Amino acid sequence: MTVEQRLLRGWAGGPPTRADVVTVTDDDDARPHRAPSRGCLPRGLGRSYGDAAQNAGGLVYDLTGLTGVRRFDTRRGLVTVAAGTSIAQLLRVVVPQGWFPAVTPGTRWVTVGGAIAADVHGKNHARDGGFCRHVRTFVLATPTGERRTVTAHHDPEVFWATAGGMGLTGVVTEATLQLTPIQTTVMRVQIERTADLDDTLARLHACDDRYAAAWLDLADSRRGGRGILSSGDHARVDDLPSTTPGGVLQAPSASRWSAPARFPSGMIRPSLVRGFNELYYRAAPERPRQRLESLAGFLYPLDAVRDWNRLYGSRGFLQYQIVVPFGAEDVVRTVAERFSAGPATPALAVLKRLGSRGGPLSFPLPGWTLSVDLPLRGHRVPRNRDEPELASLLDELDRRVLQAGGRVYLAKDARLRREVFHAMYPRWADWRAVQARLDPGGRMRSDLGRRLELLA
Amino acid sequence: MVTDALGRIQSVLLLGGTSEIGLATVGALVARGAQRVILAGRDPQGLERAATQLRPGPTVAVAPFEVTRTDEHAGTIDAVFEAGDVDVVVMAVGTLVDQADCEAHPAVAVHAGEVNFVGPLSVCLHAARRLREQGHGTLVVISSVAAERPRRVNFVYGATKAGLDAFARGLSDALVGTGASVLVVRPGFVRTRMTAGLPEAPFAVDPEDVARAVASGVASGRTVVWVPPALRPVMAVLRHLPRPLFRRLRR
Repeated sequence: MTVEQRLLRGWAGGPPTRADVVTVTDDDDARPHRAPSRGCLPRGLGRSYGDAAQNAGGLVYDLTGLTGVRRFDTRRGLVTVAAGTSIAQLLRVVVPQGWFPAVTPGTRWVTVGGAIAADVHGKNHARDGGFCRHVRTFVLATPTGERRTVTAHHDPEVFWATAGGMGLTGVVTEATLQLTPIQTTVMRVQIERTADLDDTLARLHACDDRYAAAWLDLADSRRGGRGILSSGDHARVDDLPSTTPGGVLQAPSASRWSAPARFPSGMIRPSLVRGFNELYYRAAPERPRQRLESLAGFLYPLDAVRDWNRLYGSRGFLQYQIVVPFGAEDVVRTVAERFSAGPATPALAVLKRLGSRGGPLSFPLPGWTLSVDLPLRGHRVPRNRDEPELASLLDELDRRVLQAGGRVYLAKDARLRREVFHAMYPRWADWRAVQARLDPGGRMRSDLGRRLELLA
Repeated sequence: MVTDALGRIQSVLLLGGTSEIGLATVGALVARGAQRVILAGRDPQGLERAATQLRPGPTVAVAPFEVTRTDEHAGTIDAVFEAGDVDVVVMAVGTLVDQADCEAHPAVAVHAGEVNFVGPLSVCLHAARRLREQGHGTLVVISSVAAERPRRVNFVYGATKAGLDAFARGLSDALVGTGASVLVVRPGFVRTRMTAGLPEAPFAVDPEDVARAVASGVASGRTVVWVPPALRPVMAVLRHLPRPLFRRLRR
């Protein structure tokens, strides 16, 4: 266990804040009940985009040193891991035995603890629900000094306050996950072009594959939100051509490609994105086509370039991810249209279907989720005229989303207004009541919590 | 609290709570989302008037603060920070003194030194201590273009601002890695009560211009801003003029 002062920022490169970072290497290193007045917070691989894993002036437990598979029941597909274990590390152990996480986000470089804290979802949410639905039990180091073993069955309130609770109920040190069986590490995928946003929504709605997501071209308003729908499932042994050699159960290896440490801001320009989108769209087959893809290529396309967030330069970017209930397609349309019209270039946009709700602060609800990456400009560019404009555009879209009964994803957020948050998450008060029972001394704190008054 | 990804802040403390530049800056930060304002100054009625003008948008509190009473600074600053995180501290205290007056009565010059330099030194150090502890936040120091090179017509004022400017830049370096930062603002001639009746200099601006520059400087994490920006190259040239020539410049 070491302590070090560090500046921490989110994955999207927002304003950094300073914390005393404690490197946790043993379950007993996490002692939230001993936290100083500005509190403490667990942090994993720092993949939340905004300020969720920062605690300015306080303590941050770095869980990335607390890794490893502790128990693995290969017959039932139950695996117990230390909370700092990444999905990538987990894959290396479970995939060769024919098992796969029931839910995985779009990157395998998240920790299991982080996945619980954000109750992350994958391309199969409509069918399989969120990450925490498959968490059988976890061990929580509570802010009163307990080591509590929590299951959804025996302790539902604490379980669902921690699931999606953004790390504010204590420090999860260990978790047991129910895995899903796979026969191969190849994906059977269908790729199809969509003509416009309505077409994309309709095809996505009709799709009944386990995994489905649509890439959208929002960089050019004339293109009307055309996209590429890709859907699929784990291939079975008999899906593979007989020529495929044995040893098909192999975990994806880490990417060899890495973004440069310093990349100038403002390189991701409208013309570049439009050009890229055109090529990317044309590369997809005109008619729906089945093909086999690697597991990483289909589920983790962005992991192909490590530290891709650096490509946005020092000023970083912002991801806006919303969900609106089915029936509010007009809001999806409005959001897509408003981004296509500026002021920031939507560099990457993804549309997915979500299924059921999780905990009080979990993001998903049955409906459409749209995420859009927006580059921010370098601060040497003439006094960033765009940003106030972008701020008011996002505020306006927040209102539309809220009116439709939707919400913004906290794991991505870096700019939501607190009053809007409270309206978007009406079960916050239930969550806060449980959180306050677990943490009567107010030991758990985060920058996200301060900004949105999660602990008010 | 904490600055968001678009540079919007939630709380601001104004030292020199009735300063026109200071209040314009607070106004610009409120327009960008600041919800908690603390006005610290020595004139209770003036502070109340200013508070009323800022409401109803943000919650506004006032605090007694006298820049020359350095022994009270720790208490003033601590009380404000105990009530909640402060994202931006604006140090806008300052006085413009008449050069001839200073030369005739050195006590006037001493007073200017206390108001423009000694007092701010103390209160900025206390604010920096708290910003460092909370791990984030920006200290905005209103310096002046006069800090760049002493001029015959106002060198006492220039000397006090030069001291403050040097101090603020040093403090800025000292805070690197702490999450806290300093923004040094160098306005030229600003049309305010302080300069009323004086002949207007080239590149004159309004308090609102300074406010906008500060708000976007805070948002983008800059360390020095000139208002207007054109003053930076202008002063880069003027600083290197031969002294006999510079001495003869009127404004």
